[in-house]
Amino acid sequence: MKRLVLIAAAVAVAGCMELEQTATPSKAGKYQGKPDTLPWSNQPLTGGPQWKQGDRTSWEEQIKTRQLAQHEHRRIYQ
Amino acid sequence: MARMKFLCDAERCIECNGCVTACKNENEVPWGVNRRRVVTINDGVVGAEKSISVACMHCSDAPCMAVCPVDCFYRTEDGVVLHDKDLCIGCGYCFYACPFGAPQFPQAGAFGLRGKMDKCTFCAGGPEVDRSDAEFKKYGRNRLAEGKLPACAEMCSTKALLGGDGDVIADIYRERVARRGLKGAEAWGWGTAYGQPPKAGAAPAAPAAAPKGKS
Repeated sequence: MKRLVLIAAAVAVAGCMELEQTATPSKAGKYQGKPDTLPWSNQPLTGGPQWKQGDRTSWEEQIKTRQLAQHEHRRIYQ
Repeated sequence: MARMKFLCDAERCIECNGCVTACKNENEVPWGVNRRRVVTINDGVVGAEKSISVACMHCSDAPCMAVCPVDCFYRTEDGVVLHDKDLCIGCGYCFYACPFGAPQFPQAGAFGLRGKMDKCTFCAGGPEVDRSDAEFKKYGRNRLAEGKLPACAEMCSTKALLGGDGDVIADIYRERVARRGLKGAEAWGWGTAYGQPPKAGAAPAAPAAAPKGKS
């Protein structure tokens, strides 16, 4: 029963996955064969937006805050 | 996972070209190359004039990537379509393939030779070391590596041009439209995108006759 629940959960979660949109998916430090650095792997600049180096989630969180600053209804009325 | 996109609100764009200027300044784009342009339709027609800011739309299934004979394009994990100028041969195939006219070609040499392709990078630079001089000279500033959004969107005075994760900016736009009180077909561009609503009393279009003979 437990195994069945686990399989069902895995199948359900698989529905949320995002399919690769390129024939050659990105590998560590390489995008379709071309090298490029991930934005979050950089050291944040002094005085600029801050995130934990190498932590994608913290980079995405801070850039989301920046994106929401484009929403003047929330920015002004709150 | 973020999927970086641009969204231009035609009801708000005032054709100030602030986004174009911000892009030019931020990336030191040379003369003759416009990574971003403001397109105006029905120019001068009262109530019908609309402007929209256009650049590379960082397509999920980018035609430029598909047609490039030297495969110089790549897509980052944030969904930004970039290219490697060291591989580009400046053939111009991507220009014909792109529905937005995003790829630009600087004049290189005295006889007007076509240089290597240049386009909007979503302020994400290129394959060179992030925030390095080499990257800046070839691709412009890497604002994503500084934790910032593209200069054009951040500089937009009316916030017509939104840049960022597709989900986030779509939510911002949806909330705006709801506040305007528009309902579907009343929004500008609806008819172009989805067809005109049928006129009252008009007979429905007859279906095409089935071909006779061979089945």
